[in-house]
Amino acid sequence: MNHFPRWAWAPFAVGIAFLAVPIAAMFARVPWSQLPALLASDRSRDALRLSLVTCFSTTVLVLVLGVPLALVIARSSLRWVRWLRTLVTVPMVLPPVVAGLALLVALGRRGLLGSHLHAWGIDIGFTTTAVVIAQTFVALPYLVVSLEGALRSAGARYEAVAANLGASPSRVFWHVTVPIAAPAIASGTALSFARALGEFGATLTFAGSLQGTTRTLPLEIYLLRESDSDLALALSVVLIAVAIIIVAISTKLSSRPTSRTPSIASDGGLNHV
Amino acid sequence: MTTSVKKTLTTLTLAALLAAPLAACSHDDSTTPETSPTTAATGTSTDATDNSTKNTPSTAGAVVFAAASLSEVFPLIASDVDYSFDGSSGLVDQLKGGAPADVFASADKANMDKAVEAGVIDGNPVMFATNYLVLVTPADNPASVTGFDSSLDGRRLVVCAAEVPCGAATNRLAEAQDVTLKPVSEESSVTDVLGKVTSGEADAGIVYVTDATRAGKDVTTINIAGAQDDPNTYWLAKVTGAPHPEAADAFIAAITGPGAATLSTFGFGPAK
Repeated sequence: MNHFPRWAWAPFAVGIAFLAVPIAAMFARVPWSQLPALLASDRSRDALRLSLVTCFSTTVLVLVLGVPLALVIARSSLRWVRWLRTLVTVPMVLPPVVAGLALLVALGRRGLLGSHLHAWGIDIGFTTTAVVIAQTFVALPYLVVSLEGALRSAGARYEAVAANLGASPSRVFWHVTVPIAAPAIASGTALSFARALGEFGATLTFAGSLQGTTRTLPLEIYLLRESDSDLALALSVVLIAVAIIIVAISTKLSSRPTSRTPSIASDGGLNHV
Repeated sequence: MTTSVKKTLTTLTLAALLAAPLAACSHDDSTTPETSPTTAATGTSTDATDNSTKNTPSTAGAVVFAAASLSEVFPLIASDVDYSFDGSSGLVDQLKGGAPADVFASADKANMDKAVEAGVIDGNPVMFATNYLVLVTPADNPASVTGFDSSLDGRRLVVCAAEVPCGAATNRLAEAQDVTLKPVSEESSVTDVLGKVTSGEADAGIVYVTDATRAGKDVTTINIAGAQDDPNTYWLAKVTGAPHPEAADAFIAAITGPGAATLSTFGFGPAK
């Protein structure tokens, strides 16, 4: 059953320990008795609410933009489109603060686009919109990269068959591409959401930090650390809990065999499309 | 500081990635700035460097944890030292975690007190400099801010959050001057406040005079009445169990002695 070499268990154990020990140490240090009072405070609630609102907005934006973007990169034969694949990964390697600076010089009041927006009376800085923009900038690549990889390794044949059978490109997209890519979309979305939830540097640099408007959970934790690092750890438990819930849901979604994908595969064709 | 691990796909890795910003910030031990003579601000500071290097025993090898606002001036006073610059509270966390430092330089009394309470300080801390708040606007002052008064109403004002030293000082000042501030953002470091002003995102910000000095022509500085009466204080102390105690003593002597002249060229006031 186990089709992997037995020696893989050794690096497996080291890897798990490497990741788990710091987190376990953190949980050991958290002042659990103070957690309820902390969660009852206006500041923590505002931060949690703002984080959830902005992360869900970001996730919707990431899906709307990211799925078609990944599809074009994966399927287009144009050379310049392939080159864009590299561009898409740039925000992943940018230090978050640099991502924030990039957004500032683009959309800030004196930025490339921002100066024109300012002339029309639109200022993005210091608003919740700026938080969503910052999160989308850093989170979008995670969906695109994971989905693009999945799309390239699967599905093109089914799409071609569906097209041959007379399905329009949009119909192929909704009835073939999306169901086949569903697990990758789910895991990519979870990655993006998690990245948005932990987003810190770009938000701080581009959007600022004000309770209820721009101060998300990571920013609140960072600020709390200034006065009491143990309380900061306690609040980060909340962040981790949200992340684990999201990742667990997505793991469930992406590992569950969808009713449509296997039927397509087992039919060997797309008669019902 | 959180970007090292990126290609992560498992639940645990994700959790670790999310938790990374919460762990004590890693510090860069290798931040010893290369202070070439060209960066020496004035003749006085060069003299100060000469004096400190003549001192015996030398400061060579000392590991100094210092507040970020000292990152430019300290290397001019003693260049043969290993510096780690970060926010004062972050440095206290690192010291509590057992980081092997010889000297701790805090940008305020509260964080030095925290370090003393945690038992990581050897002996009594000494005050070596002061700093006070000023109002800065972008160089062209687009929102026509005239002072720490009602001309700030409806303007995009950025301040430090109350949790950090400059924010606490800002609140005290506002209370003393009976001014109600309605900031659009409360930043966690004074550097972020300055950045918002120099980039033109904010109409005005409240920073230390040393930050305004550093920003030079990028900002217009407006003094705040009463700010100099309640200055922020900088403290220096030897760390318990310092690996290089002699170098630590020499460093403290260099900062509190000949270093004062160099500190003043950066806008720092004398210890009181």
